[in-house]
Amino acid sequence: MVDFKFWRKGAKQDELAEVELPKRDLSGIRSLFPGEMSSDSIQDLEDILLMADFGFQASEDIVSQLKSRANKLGATSDAELRLVLKDLLVEYLQREDAQLNLTSGKLPYVFLVVGVNGAGKTTTIGKLGRWLSDGGWKVVLGAADTFRAAAVDQLATWAKRAETDLVSPEKPGQDPASVAYQTVSRAIETDADIAIIDTAGRLQNKKDLMDELGKIRRAVEKIAQVDEVLLVIDSTTGQNGLSQARAFSEVADVTGMVLTKLDGTAKGGVLYAIQREFDIPVKLVGVGEGINDFAFFSAEQFARGLVAR
Amino acid sequence: MFGDLSTRLSDTFRNLRTRGKLTEADIDGTLRDIRKALLEADVSLDVVKDFVASVRVRALGDEVSKALNPAEQVVQIVNSELVEILGGESRQLRLAKNPPTVIMLAGLQGSGKTTLAGKLALWLKSQQQTPLLVACDLQRPNAVNQLTVLAERAGVDVFAPEPGNGVGDPVKVAKQSIDHAKSKAHSVVIIDTAGRLGVDEEMMQQAIDIRNQTDPDEVLFVIDAMLGQDAVDVAKAFNDGVGVTGTVLTKLDGDARGGAALSVSSVIGENVLFSSTGENLEDFEPFYPERMASRILDMGDVLTLIEQAQKTFDEKQQQELAEKIAKESFTLEDFLDQMQQLKKMGSMKSLLGMMPGAGNMKKQMEDFDEDELKHTEAIIQSMTPVERQQPRVLNGSRRQRIARGSGTTVTEVNSLVNRFEQAAKMMKTMSKGGTPQMQGMNMAQLGGGNPSAKKSKGKKKKVSKSGNPARRAAEERALLEGKPNKTDGGGSAFGL
Repeated sequence: MVDFKFWRKGAKQDELAEVELPKRDLSGIRSLFPGEMSSDSIQDLEDILLMADFGFQASEDIVSQLKSRANKLGATSDAELRLVLKDLLVEYLQREDAQLNLTSGKLPYVFLVVGVNGAGKTTTIGKLGRWLSDGGWKVVLGAADTFRAAAVDQLATWAKRAETDLVSPEKPGQDPASVAYQTVSRAIETDADIAIIDTAGRLQNKKDLMDELGKIRRAVEKIAQVDEVLLVIDSTTGQNGLSQARAFSEVADVTGMVLTKLDGTAKGGVLYAIQREFDIPVKLVGVGEGINDFAFFSAEQFARGLVAR
Repeated sequence: MFGDLSTRLSDTFRNLRTRGKLTEADIDGTLRDIRKALLEADVSLDVVKDFVASVRVRALGDEVSKALNPAEQVVQIVNSELVEILGGESRQLRLAKNPPTVIMLAGLQGSGKTTLAGKLALWLKSQQQTPLLVACDLQRPNAVNQLTVLAERAGVDVFAPEPGNGVGDPVKVAKQSIDHAKSKAHSVVIIDTAGRLGVDEEMMQQAIDIRNQTDPDEVLFVIDAMLGQDAVDVAKAFNDGVGVTGTVLTKLDGDARGGAALSVSSVIGENVLFSSTGENLEDFEPFYPERMASRILDMGDVLTLIEQAQKTFDEKQQQELAEKIAKESFTLEDFLDQMQQLKKMGSMKSLLGMMPGAGNMKKQMEDFDEDELKHTEAIIQSMTPVERQQPRVLNGSRRQRIARGSGTTVTEVNSLVNRFEQAAKMMKTMSKGGTPQMQGMNMAQLGGGNPSAKKSKGKKKKVSKSGNPARRAAEERALLEGKPNKTDGGGSAFGL
């Protein structure tokens, strides 16, 4: 369960009110071990973790930790070992800062959504927009993906479904930074609570495109603060996720990750390595194509799902 | 932190090569490193296990123990096994005897199907085909719109009778498109389908229905080069569901190590047909297993580089350049000209990535700033013809004027002139058959980049990785003429 204490404009102007937003729970994580766990089969865990994209280093670490801890606690049965493993994962994944930054009270809040091509940025924004609208927030979406064919239309469709305002480029190929700026200006003019800016997908090794993110950020910062830079990562991504996290956090100061497409067979193990190595919390997960198919990341629920029978 | 697969394997083999004779323990140690490298490159665990096992059997056999250079032999084995998994030889697209040829695209959400459909259409058009794009992704918001825009850019027709966004029946559209294609005499039909998860039974059934209604000649499975361990399950699901006839690898221009290509090929046993490498519709090429294996093994993708060079440099210009170098009349003007030609071949980074040993130069490639080329261009363009022809007339006041004109500093102008003089000297030496002194010349500097960047670790002589456009052009010419420049006997591609 996530405890919501977000601040937005109250009924009376210039007053902040504590608001509650609809809760979204993480469920449906696929188990790592359908089979029986025993002291003898701990070593098999390494392969299982590798296949869940935890990566070489993390898999080794987790197994050796589990072994020593199981020894110390005298855990040998299937149920005991699962519990020890769950606690281990939770310990490493649990973070204080996994909540969205919606508490400063400086309105409008501004979110930038970044990531490689096809990660699910636009869809994530649609879902976030709907959720905030449902909570009575006034939302402006900004279509700063001026590059991909019809990306603006895609966001426009989501804006309609989410019942939010939308700022689109005046002409195709317009400088994304100027669209971002216009989006935030609109949010300020219309007294909106939050502006969420969609950016074009970019591969992290394209320097010029990555530099553009810095420019978008600077444009926004002329008139508002950026509260959240969400890096969207496809959960089917393998170890390249680490490279994505490194590159994007260098240029865009990423404050949180969104792990998408977790409803497939992918376990998204790379998030473990990313969170540990780059100190970026996972904040949201996407679990389907429907507008309500997302959840707040909870280390407890995630780990519980992974070790469930 | 971690290098790419090429770097890792180079390091591994370097250790191996310091010994003359290989023991079983040596080989196992190396195989452990290979295993780790492949896992970090996202090759699926099962594939890695099989791969390592078959390399081990061969490495312990006679072919290695009796080889003159056992380490070299292990390298050969790893290479040939990689090519084997990647599908052996490259395969052509299967065209129907009676047109239209039907190509169906399938894959996960976000793998790049719609963009690929546009690229494939443009490529087929260049092969004198008349492709028709069919919008059967009626799920994702505005996928239909996106395909229509891409069709327009590629200059091909599109069949999009339904608006999409959840409206319309993709199976019906697919079926209608075949009749439409026949009536309009299209030679190829490319069916873009919605992204779907392998576990989504309803959506998989829809894909099967589309296949059954259109009887495609090719069902191309589109996968993202960044895909991790899940690649195997996804490939299996699609293969069992719709029956894949070939794979297309997308987003290969990223820094993903592409292990998924190995996994998918070995699981479904069908070839990778194409690779997609960028945001433009032209960034698309047939897939060559040998080249991919070479790339993974740090042998560079010289063939692709040569092909690009052939497209860009015409022979006459090369001839002229060679003469100029020999006659020492190579000027800043030629330098600029070469640079502009080189730019046509693609970004410096993508070119450098294809050079052998690129894995070792990762750091330098990251430091390489494409903008610096623009500065260099601006500086030369701010010079008078006389100055370009005879850089020695450049005195202090001229240099100041040039700096102002190009929006740079005198220091930058000075450093360009110095670099040019060095390069000219080096080319002269080379054209006389000597070995150039590489003093202080590293890639980043040649482009005008960060002069403090570290020198290249792996100084290879087999193929130069000079960033100097003119010098590279000279080398490429040598390659084109089939004269390997400075072959070092053993032909080691691993930097030793």
